[in-house]
Amino acid sequence: MKRFLLFLPLLAAIIVGVVLFAGIGKDPTKLDSALIGKPVPAFSLRDLKQPETTLDEAVFRGEITLLNVWGTWCPSCRDEHDDLMWLAREKKVSIIGLNYKDNRDDALVWLDRLGDPYSKVIYDPKGTLGFDLGVYGAPETFVIDASGVVRYRHVGVVNGDVWERVLMPVINDARENG
Amino acid sequence: MLRILCFVVAAVVSSITFADVSAVYGFDDRSEEQRYQNLIAELRCPKCQNQNIADSNSPISKDMRNAVYQMMLEGASDQEIVDSLVGRFGEFVKYKPDLDSRTFMLWATPAIAVLGGLIVVAGIVVRSRRTGTAAPTLSAEEQARIDKMLAEKNRNGSA
Repeated sequence: MKRFLLFLPLLAAIIVGVVLFAGIGKDPTKLDSALIGKPVPAFSLRDLKQPETTLDEAVFRGEITLLNVWGTWCPSCRDEHDDLMWLAREKKVSIIGLNYKDNRDDALVWLDRLGDPYSKVIYDPKGTLGFDLGVYGAPETFVIDASGVVRYRHVGVVNGDVWERVLMPVINDARENG
Repeated sequence: MLRILCFVVAAVVSSITFADVSAVYGFDDRSEEQRYQNLIAELRCPKCQNQNIADSNSPISKDMRNAVYQMMLEGASDQEIVDSLVGRFGEFVKYKPDLDSRTFMLWATPAIAVLGGLIVVAGIVVRSRRTGTAAPTLSAEEQARIDKMLAEKNRNGSA
């Protein structure tokens, strides 16, 4: 009995070690979206590029799209912009932009200067759709399937590595299990 | 004196930030305002993860406070308000998660730790009692030596 007690601290240390080890490499700032498996929330907002046109959740029907949340105030969005251009051009990915808490003139200058990877851009100056999507910081990128259901949310910059490792598998899965 | 001064300064400064947050929203009565304060104190900011939305100054917290206020004006219950935010931002925004199979360990760990501590303390007490009652027995030779030493000490003490 006494000898067993001597091993208690070792046992406790091993348990604590296993628990802590499981947490290594996990980024606590990356949260799963609460909307996974649910349709994109209803909205009615103007098109950034054609101010007279109103867009709603129907824009996500028909094909698998990436919904990219961006703003000209967001430095990381500048960082990922070239990768989005590459995805749209080389990989033929359909990307819909959500211009989040921004102003139209700045956003149009940005697209003019850096190129436009978006098939459509939803203009959300007050961040209402962003709020309904649970966006808590740009850039965020959602994978939305052909029936308008959210499949995945990536928080942070999209680049070649994220595309290969994270987004492409989700898209392939959405394509197969349509 | 300095201590009191520090306290007064701290109290005044903190009341300024409090006023700044509450001044944005008007409430008809005190209990509604208290309800609002309780709600925003229990909701967690998804961006700045160790702050509640009452404390945080990030834009998303501002939006969430605004949403809580708007929903209160529309007559939503506390449960409805929290559920609506959880539906958008996930279970993460609740500082007090519901008790279910996933969060069971989270809620049970303090009780388990206290129980474990009590068992250890009880074990120590029982064991010390058991060894304490059994008085050490001395052999006749040892007893004789002690008698001799005590007698010597008494003699020295009285001298």
